[in-house]
Amino acid sequence: MAAPLTLLLIVAVTIRAVLFRSSLAELILERVEVVSPLNAWKRVVEGLALLDLGVSPYSGDVFHETPLMIYLFHFMVDYAEIVFMIADGLTAVALYLSIQTYNKNVFRKQKYALESDRYPADCLELLRSPKEMFYIPLKVAMFYLLNPFTILSCVAKSTCGLNNAIIALFILCTLKGSALLSGILLALATYQSIYPLTLFAPALLFFLQRLYIPVNLRRSSFWFFTLQYAFIYVGSLVVITGLSFFLLGSWDFIPSVYGFIFSVPDLTPNIGLFWYFFAEMFEHFRLFFICVFQINVFFYTIPLSIKLKEHPVFLIFMQIAIISIFKSYPTVGDVALYMAFLPAWSHLYRFLRNIFLVSCVLLACSALFPVLWHLWIYAGSANSNFYYAITLLFNFGQILLVSDYFYAYLRREHHLTHGLYLKKKDGTEATLVLK
Amino acid sequence: MGLLSDPNRRKALTNLLTRLNAPICMVCYLAAIVWFMGLAFEPFTLRTYMSENAMGSTMVEERFSSGERALSLAKEFDAHKTKAGGMPVEWLVKAMQARGLEVFTQSFSRKLPFPDENKERYMVRGTNVYGILRAPRAPRTEALVITAPCSPGNSNNQAVGLLLALAQYFRNQIFWAKDIIFLVNEHDLIGMQAWLEGYHHTNITGMEYSPLQGRAGSIQAALSLELSSDVITSLDLILEGLNGQLPNLDLANLFYAFCQKLGVLCTIQGKLQRNDWDTAEGYTHAAQTMMLMVLKQACGRSWGDHGLFLRYHIEAASIRGINGFRHYKMDVATIGRLLEGMVRKLNNLLERLHQSYFFYLLPSLSRFVSIGYYMPAFGLLAVILLLRVSFPGLMLHVCFSVSLQPSGPGVLTVLTPVVISHLTGVALYLLPVHLQEMAVEHFPVSETEAVVLTAVAIYTAGLALPHNTQRLLSGEGTEQGWKVLKLTALLYLAVLLGCTALINFSLGFVLAVTLVPITASMTPHMPKALSALAMVLLSPAFTILYCVFIYQELIEAPVSVSEGWMLFLSVISQGILDHALYGSLVYPLLALFVYPCWLMFWNILFWS
Repeated sequence: MAAPLTLLLIVAVTIRAVLFRSSLAELILERVEVVSPLNAWKRVVEGLALLDLGVSPYSGDVFHETPLMIYLFHFMVDYAEIVFMIADGLTAVALYLSIQTYNKNVFRKQKYALESDRYPADCLELLRSPKEMFYIPLKVAMFYLLNPFTILSCVAKSTCGLNNAIIALFILCTLKGSALLSGILLALATYQSIYPLTLFAPALLFFLQRLYIPVNLRRSSFWFFTLQYAFIYVGSLVVITGLSFFLLGSWDFIPSVYGFIFSVPDLTPNIGLFWYFFAEMFEHFRLFFICVFQINVFFYTIPLSIKLKEHPVFLIFMQIAIISIFKSYPTVGDVALYMAFLPAWSHLYRFLRNIFLVSCVLLACSALFPVLWHLWIYAGSANSNFYYAITLLFNFGQILLVSDYFYAYLRREHHLTHGLYLKKKDGTEATLVLK
Repeated sequence: MGLLSDPNRRKALTNLLTRLNAPICMVCYLAAIVWFMGLAFEPFTLRTYMSENAMGSTMVEERFSSGERALSLAKEFDAHKTKAGGMPVEWLVKAMQARGLEVFTQSFSRKLPFPDENKERYMVRGTNVYGILRAPRAPRTEALVITAPCSPGNSNNQAVGLLLALAQYFRNQIFWAKDIIFLVNEHDLIGMQAWLEGYHHTNITGMEYSPLQGRAGSIQAALSLELSSDVITSLDLILEGLNGQLPNLDLANLFYAFCQKLGVLCTIQGKLQRNDWDTAEGYTHAAQTMMLMVLKQACGRSWGDHGLFLRYHIEAASIRGINGFRHYKMDVATIGRLLEGMVRKLNNLLERLHQSYFFYLLPSLSRFVSIGYYMPAFGLLAVILLLRVSFPGLMLHVCFSVSLQPSGPGVLTVLTPVVISHLTGVALYLLPVHLQEMAVEHFPVSETEAVVLTAVAIYTAGLALPHNTQRLLSGEGTEQGWKVLKLTALLYLAVLLGCTALINFSLGFVLAVTLVPITASMTPHMPKALSALAMVLLSPAFTILYCVFIYQELIEAPVSVSEGWMLFLSVISQGILDHALYGSLVYPLLALFVYPCWLMFWNILFWS
């Protein structure tokens, strides 16, 4: 399997290299769908210039990346294109290995369950075969590397690609069972953009499951491991933040990065839901609605963790998707990360209900974003409402996509325990409804 | 969410859609056509009204009276033009300076990709002359532009004369709050393009021009004047700009309001307004006017010098004087007063024109159809495509089974025709202009003919190419293969037409009317010869041909078939030239997207 992956990497790098050299790169660099105020390359360059002048990069209101990132590019700025290509490749390989590991686990569990005869007799067609699972990791890598969203994001040199790489490595370490590395990488991802904080729950659930520790609040072993993992996580977060402080010599970056993420002062249009809403809002409601919008991102962790506590990897997917839909400055690079997971759930397709509608909506929206932007900004004939309408539709499509996968996953699990052909009490064919 | 999550209701809906698919599609198509034709019916349209407060409520008084002087200036200009054999730059500079303007010139040159046979030009070299009247009452951050093209021959002298007379008159007024730029541009659109690019420091079309020495504020609005006789019977307003962009409707309202006030006959598309909307003739007249607007907008070229301003976010319109066979004639002074009134109202603007509509169709000057009314006509056509996508019930599963097949030949069978169609499209886009020298060497044709005929040849060759190669590459096509290809092509067409209709409604609608019926019903199991003929007759090139004939019919200059064919060829060459010179997007759109998309359906027909 290494050969196809290598080929894929070569193809992906070639596409990116060609685009970097073409005149399109300039154009992509400016697209609001691809870069946000947080991760725009122009802003990184600005921050670097300030740093070189001996001024704090956060002294203007332009630069909002974390200190570690700017020090990384302080040394690598001449090789930025290569760094971004490597980051994409790294993400793809990490996702490839993670899904491979995950599939092995799934298959082993399925085998044990089969041997202990736990599945109802009519569910055999739902079981997954190694033949079907064989190409899934490659497809995941392909979905990430050849996704136009990822390519655009990489060509725009949006630092989102690096954040994706960190999250992908975190997933890999988690699935490989290394609590230490997982905690450190999760801390790094949190440090980069706060929102991955919600991935703490699925990672913890995964380790507990792996170590056969039941999720029971009265058991000391549960608390012991939770505290241990939390300690690794918080400890590395403190170390990383402290390191940033010592690199920079001031705490400027806290309000400038995290304050910026939370209070959403920059209302440049993007594919998210925040900008229009807060541009239209009266000033004295702002604080309240910011709280509502931000809590919204984190809130789903609790119900989802309860519902999916047996399926932490699917929970990770759900969390990443929710973050990329509801975060304050989303870009298409974020969308690409969770879309890469879709082939891993390809066995759910018979339970998906709106996938066709959703793919049409997402496709149409991707084409309409630049068109309406042109009409609004260049032609002057449309206005921001047109663009926001498409943003809303795009997010509607994403939410529908995620909830569809959620429903399909739960439904398959339900069938695996209760049999495929459900009967009502009176013997007629029953249908499952998600309520 | 009931419909989306309740499986029973979903099933009922899907069943209904599958069973009644063909009738629903037919009804949608007819409804779209009827809706569109109904747009011209007066009770369904809205009366135009002035939205901009700054132009509506304020009164201005027009006092311009130097019509005689304008005519004598026009004669003088004519004499100098004939003497100089082109733009009399020195005379113009002197004339403008004598009227107290700050005068500057700009020279430009442009080599066309191939000779323009309509206007007989190839290497274009010219000079623009413009004078700036500085605003006495404001900080000079904003400007208005009045332009008159310096055309070859006898035409447009009166426009330049009136421009100069207006400059002299305006110079003596004290109420200007915006700089006024008087521009005389040579070589119509090319000169205009050079001046606009110079003014905004851009270079998007590869024009060579000298930088502008003098500049006023940001331009708020522009009027282009075309006047070729001493007296006129009516004034025609031209709005259609590059890529089908239209100026804010308030500009048209302003023109209409002043025509009413001064008792000037005004037309749009050269058609007078009729009052008998409830008779058949009245309706036909309005429908013809609207159809003319749709056709003009669809072809995406700039129909007057104003069209290039729109790209820079400047509201602009052309006003053309027409000398017809009516008894009631107006002199130049009246037109001068009309312009004075319009410029004074524009001078009152506090912000750019933005209150009124940007998306509209005009069945007459006093009535308009806004985007909310005409979009459903297109929406009904788009719905057909989406319905057909969902029709062969198993499409969804087909799609998935293809993506699930491990070795992926399913994807490959679709990918090959898609790639080949698009390569043909790229050839159609690039080769005609680049191969002209070779074509001229080998065939006894002129450069222009070579370009157009190469385009036609590639277009025709594309019909033969894809399905053969596809069979060679992937052997026998499967039943599933064409379904997936059709699904892809339908989605592609829907998105493509949707985006086009948003930017240029007319183009999107015209393409949809011809492309939708045949593409929606295409399968490989239809009688080959008959459906191939239908497909060719409804292909993009034939759409252009029909548009040429309909346009000629509507402007009451019907042409014979051979003349129509010559016109069709010249339309293609003009389209390619417009793309190269001003960046019109219709030619690349048709060559790179619409034609390949149509080829995919052609491919389905010959799937085996």
